Amino acid sequence: MADAKVLPFDDDRSRSGAGRRRGTQPGGGRQAPSAGGGAPVSALPGTQPHADPAGPEPGAQAPQGPPEGSGRGDWDRRIASGLAFLRRRVTGDYEVDEFGYDQELTDQVLMSLLRPLADTYFRVEVKGVENIPSEGGALIVSNHSGTLPLDGLMLQVAVHDHHPAGRHLRLLAADLVFMLPVVNELARKAGHTLACAEDAERLLERGEVVGVMPEGFKGLGKPFGDRYKLQRFGRGGFVSTALRAGVPIVPCSVVGAEEIYPMIGNSRTLARILGLPYFPVTPTFPWLGPLGAVPLPTKWTIQFGEPIPTDGFPPEAAEDPMLMFNLTDQVREQIQHTLYKLLVQRRSVFF
Amino acid sequence: MLVTGAARQLGGRFVRRVQRDPGVDRVIAVDAVTPEHRLGDAVFVRADIRRPAIARVLAEHSVDTVVHLDVSGKSLGAGGRTTVKETNVIGTMQLLGACQKSPTLQRFVVKSSTSVYGSAPRDPAVFTETTPPKSLPSGGFAKDAVEVEGYVRGFARRRPDVAVCVLRFANILGPEPDSPLADYLALPVLPTVLGYDPRLQFVHEDDVVDVLEIAAREPRRATLNSGTFNIAGDGVLLLSQCSRRLGRPTVPVLLPAVTWVGAALRAVGMTDFSPEQIRLLTHGRVVSTAQMRETLGFRPRYTTAETFAEFARGRGPGLLPPERMGRAVGRLAELPLPGGAVRGGGGAAHSTDGAR
Repeated sequence: MADAKVLPFDDDRSRSGAGRRRGTQPGGGRQAPSAGGGAPVSALPGTQPHADPAGPEPGAQAPQGPPEGSGRGDWDRRIASGLAFLRRRVTGDYEVDEFGYDQELTDQVLMSLLRPLADTYFRVEVKGVENIPSEGGALIVSNHSGTLPLDGLMLQVAVHDHHPAGRHLRLLAADLVFMLPVVNELARKAGHTLACAEDAERLLERGEVVGVMPEGFKGLGKPFGDRYKLQRFGRGGFVSTALRAGVPIVPCSVVGAEEIYPMIGNSRTLARILGLPYFPVTPTFPWLGPLGAVPLPTKWTIQFGEPIPTDGFPPEAAEDPMLMFNLTDQVREQIQHTLYKLLVQRRSVFF
Repeated sequence: MLVTGAARQLGGRFVRRVQRDPGVDRVIAVDAVTPEHRLGDAVFVRADIRRPAIARVLAEHSVDTVVHLDVSGKSLGAGGRTTVKETNVIGTMQLLGACQKSPTLQRFVVKSSTSVYGSAPRDPAVFTETTPPKSLPSGGFAKDAVEVEGYVRGFARRRPDVAVCVLRFANILGPEPDSPLADYLALPVLPTVLGYDPRLQFVHEDDVVDVLEIAAREPRRATLNSGTFNIAGDGVLLLSQCSRRLGRPTVPVLLPAVTWVGAALRAVGMTDFSPEQIRLLTHGRVVSTAQMRETLGFRPRYTTAETFAEFARGRGPGLLPPERMGRAVGRLAELPLPGGAVRGGGGAAHSTDGAR
C-alpha cells in the first residue's frame, strides 16, 4: 500500500505539466515522450513552439517562403496518398480479413475520427503499454463502464497510437453490436468481432491482441453509485480461451469512463420495449435529447498491468474449473486493485 | 460412376472431366431433362431421381461411385420452387434408398452448401465444419441442404462400408452463373440492406470440378476424402467491395423494406430473393477451409477475389465501372486547389512551377 501512496504524488506532478519531458520512471511510466509527449496539448496548436516534422506544418499553407518547398512537397504527398486511398476505395481495391477487418479504413479514417476524442476530449493517459507483447497473441482484459462502450474504442486508440510495435487491438463485442445496423458494419470494419470462444481463439491463434470486457452489460450499465466496483467476470470463459491459446493475459484498468454518463436511473420498461439490456437515465439524458447524449469530458487513465503468463499450465488445465475461477479472481483482483490505486492518484474527475 | 444433375453446367463439366480419369471405366450421367451441352462418351440416362427407376439404373450398371450434384437453389428451365425442393429432398431420399440397396456402391459424394450454417448476428465470424448453426434456416434452398445432409448422414450410418463425402460449397461463381447470388449480382443496381456490409466467400467453378474429382476418387496418400468439408476460395470480399469491383451502384434499403423489394423483384422475374438469401446479404457468412486443406488435401486455384474478378470480367462493365471511377478520382486530383498548386493525375508527377 505504501507503494501506492508514493507513486501517486509523483505521477500527479508530472501529469500537470503535460508537455514537460521527464525521465523514465521505474515501473508504470509513460512511453518515450517523443512519441506522444505533446499529444494531450495539441488542442492549441498555436501555442506549440516545436513543430513535429511529420505533423501538419502551418508553413505549408503560406505560398512563399523558404520552407515552402518542403511544406508543399509534404502537402503534395498527403494529397497524393489521400487520392490514392480514395481511388482504392471507389474501385473496391482493398483487403479485408475473414472477420471483416478493414485495416486501411481503420488506420486512415476510423482512428483519425476517434483520436481527437481520445487525445483532446478525454485526454487519455496511457500507462504500461509495454506490458502488451510486441508480437504474438495476448488477451487484454479490461473493466467495462460508461453506459456506452466508449472505453473499448478508447482502448483501441490507446493500443494503436501508443504501442511501439503499432499493434492493433481486436475487441470482442456483445451480440447486440452485430444486430444493430450501421454499428455492426463499422464494428466489423474496425476489427471487432462477436465475443464467443471460437472467434477469440481464432484471433489469438493468428497472434492478434484481443481485448475483452468480461463484465459485459453488467459493467456497462451499472448505476453511478456502483462506479469502479467490478461486477462478476462472466463465467471466466476468457481465461480458458487464453489458456488454450497459451497467450498471456494483460489486465487493464480504465479510469474516467465511469463518469462520462452518470447513470442515475434505468428505465426497464423502455429497455424492454426497445430490446436493449438497459435504458440509461442520466442527469441530461433523455431530458435534453441528443444534446444529453454528449459525454462529460472526464480525464481518463488507461493502465495496462503486468501480464499473467498462461503457457506454464498443462493443456488439460483449460478444463479445470477450480483453476479457471482462481485465475479469473486473480485477474479481477489485479484490475480492481489498480483501479483503486489510480483513483487515489486522481486529483479530480475532470482534470 | 453415376453423376446426377448432368444437365446443369456444373454437372456437364464434371462428367466431361471425369471421363479422362483412367480409373473411371464408364460415366453414367443422369438428369430429368436432356442436357444442351455434350457429355463426351458418357452414357446419358434420362431419369428422374425422384422416381424409384433410379435404383434400376444403379443396379444395371453396377455403379461403384455416385456423385450427387442435383442439389441446387435454382430450377433448370420451367418449374418453380416446389419442383426444386422436391428434386433436392425427395430426389436425394430416392437416390439414397437406391444406394442403400446397391451392393456394389463404395463411394457417395454429395454437393451441399455452406448455407446450412445459416447466418445470424449471434454466429461466430468463421464457421468450421463442426459449428452448430445458431438458427436453422427456415426455408428455401438452405433448408433443403440441411435436410439433404440429414438424410446423407443417416445413409452413412446405415452403410458404414460406403465412403461418404459431403462438400459444402461457398457461393459458386463461374462463367455461366447458375445461382441466385449470381443472378443478384447481375442486377444493374444492387439493392443492399442499409447498415450492413456482409462478408462473402466465393469458389470458382473450376475449383468445384477439381474438388469433386478428388472426392470421387480413391484418396491420395495422407489424405482422407470422406467426411464433411467446407469448400471456399481464400479470402473474403465485402458486398460493398463486390459492387465497386463490378461497377454496379448500390441502393441501401431499410431492413423491413427489403422483403418488399425482394418480392417486387421476384414478381418481375428478375431474381429469387428468398429470405435466406436476404439473411446472407445481411449478415454474411465465412467458413473455415482448414479441413479442406489439411484433410482433403485440396488447394483452390482461385482465391475469392480472383473468382470474383473472373466473374466480373464475364459480366461486362456496370453503370459505374471501376476504371471510370478511378479516372474520376484522377480528374479530382487535377482540380486547382486553394493552395495554388496544380497536381497531375495519379499524384506521382506534380508540377513544380506553380509558385513562380
